[in-house]
Amino acid sequence: MTPLVELIDISIAFGGIKAVDHVSVDLYPGEVVGLLGHNGAGKSTLIKCLSGAYRKDSGEIRINGRKVEIENPRDARALNIETIYQTLALADNLDAAANLFLGRELTTGFGFLDEARMEAETRRIMGRLNPNFRKFNAPVSALSGGQRQSVAIARAVYFNAKILIMDEPTAALGPQETQMVAELIGELKRQGLGIFLIDHDIHAVKELCDRAAVMKNGQLVGIVRVDEVSEDDLLGMIILGKKPDTLAA
Amino acid sequence: MPDTAQRLDATEPRRGLMDALELDTRLLGMIGAFVLLCAAFNLVTDGRFLTPRNIFNITIQTVSVAIMASGMVFVIVTRHIDLSVGAVLAMASAVMGVTQTWWLIKVAGLPLGSPLIAPLTMLAGLAVGTAIGLFHGWLVGYQGIPAFIVTLGGLLVWRNVAWYTTSGQTIAPLDPTFLMFGGAEGTLGPAWSWILGALAALGAVWAIWSGRRAKLAHGFRVKPVWAETALAALVTGAILGFVAVLNAYPVPAAKLRRMFEARGEVMPEGYSIGHGLPISVLILLLVAVVMTVVARKTRLGRYIFAAGGNPDAAELSGINTRLLTVKVFGIMGFLCGLSAIVAQARLQSHPNDIGTLDELRVIAAAVIGGTALAGGVGTIYGAILGALIMQSLQSGMGMVGVDTPFQNIVVGGVLVLAVWIDIQYRKRVGMRQ
Repeated sequence: MTPLVELIDISIAFGGIKAVDHVSVDLYPGEVVGLLGHNGAGKSTLIKCLSGAYRKDSGEIRINGRKVEIENPRDARALNIETIYQTLALADNLDAAANLFLGRELTTGFGFLDEARMEAETRRIMGRLNPNFRKFNAPVSALSGGQRQSVAIARAVYFNAKILIMDEPTAALGPQETQMVAELIGELKRQGLGIFLIDHDIHAVKELCDRAAVMKNGQLVGIVRVDEVSEDDLLGMIILGKKPDTLAA
Repeated sequence: MPDTAQRLDATEPRRGLMDALELDTRLLGMIGAFVLLCAAFNLVTDGRFLTPRNIFNITIQTVSVAIMASGMVFVIVTRHIDLSVGAVLAMASAVMGVTQTWWLIKVAGLPLGSPLIAPLTMLAGLAVGTAIGLFHGWLVGYQGIPAFIVTLGGLLVWRNVAWYTTSGQTIAPLDPTFLMFGGAEGTLGPAWSWILGALAALGAVWAIWSGRRAKLAHGFRVKPVWAETALAALVTGAILGFVAVLNAYPVPAAKLRRMFEARGEVMPEGYSIGHGLPISVLILLLVAVVMTVVARKTRLGRYIFAAGGNPDAAELSGINTRLLTVKVFGIMGFLCGLSAIVAQARLQSHPNDIGTLDELRVIAAAVIGGTALAGGVGTIYGAILGALIMQSLQSGMGMVGVDTPFQNIVVGGVLVLAVWIDIQYRKRVGMRQ
């Protein structure tokens, strides 16, 4: 089977510092790959060249086996790559519907915004993702962390993402909301999406992911199947920067 | 599931009168302050402040600043500032002055009084304003120079390029058709004013009705019928009342006599006619409607507010924020050109100091009208109301006989006070920023 995404030999440097140093990772349909590492290990930087926020210095990106160039977030969206950022990337002064459709607004025949239809669509998808959501006419600054997260996820899901990038999706959430996100990830996997999950939390990665890629100082330590390693093994990879002895052979 | 959610929502009970009307309490506060201000001046001047004549004058004096203030809303909402609007206005005005008195006549060879002079002149002014605005936007958006610096430089540059364009001279007399865009020289007369007023009222009622229909079609909560009716009646009353006041200000007899003489007729004894809606005010109202539609109903407006609320989010959502900046400054420049037409025609000349300090009046109008310098928040009607409040304040103090220095002190104090009240209000209702 062709991988959905292949990041091949990617390097990105800021000034003299190699933030990402010849890293290769792939992702298959229906799979969740966790990216683990300390702050500054390069995992966010690596993934941002897939989401179009940064441009790689060298290396190659393939989607469904085809080489692509991603210069900006618009290119990424055109390839059905959706990103849910750690900072959520919502415009606080706008309401849920405006944020959900930001950059892809529905319009009437005359080219004007079709607010009523956007709100109706927002109500429909939020009814599925977060049935308790009510604040459709309030700016998202008035929402709780979980509500904001569900708006961000709704945005990715609504536009038929094939590849989903989630940057610490549960960092700001309570236990119940975390559970909701976990169920959602399971649902999206069944639909055949490929998901990159960036996280600090080893427990969450072991729970939600199929494979984990561990990075340290911009380099790839290794990629392991999460059911073949223990949480301690993963921790060792993050801290020591080497694969566990059991797999080394 | 979503169906039940909507039904629950639609039957949610209304809490009190204000909730039923869904009115902007901030706007109501501003209108309240404005009404209070007018009433106070009227009391002090023994009823001279709220005469049709004075209302007419305040209205035409507000137009130039109000047009630019509506553009400044977009600039400030995207977290930028434009200090150059007065200078750009002067530049556009200088080009228009030279165009109609020199280039078109002496260089292009048009006869004096040709019907082509006014439209070509205005086209030149609008083109100059737009071009300068786009250039500022390119420097800010694509070259990354802060808007404060670009437009501070622009203030000095354009004010003085304008000086060289006219060699520092006042340009007059201007083309008679062009002068009609200044205010008192070009009014529609009572009949056309009533017709336009009626059309505007019908349009407003239609907008309220179609908005309600769209909401009902999707099963959203709508206002009670009585609230919609009351709102429609209020808007209709305000529009027709405004027209009635402008129609009640008669054209001076001497001027009427001249007009009849110009047509080779004799004015009938006791003949009198009201001014009606000035063309310049019509332009402002058109700008207000178009800019409000852009802000609320188009992608461009949505992106302007999104970029102001969270520039990173806008960029990551695939919005080209650099191009957006160019567009916003381009609109600002175009409106400076439009303001230049009105300002120059009202003054019936191009004086070298036209538009001086307008940048501060325009920014103050937008800020008094509730535009937050932090970005993401602002309304067109607020900015226009802000301009009207400032002009009324100045005009009222002039009538009362307040010294000019003290007038400026008061306007400065009001600006700071307005923003302080706004901050307190936002804290109260729990809005962020």
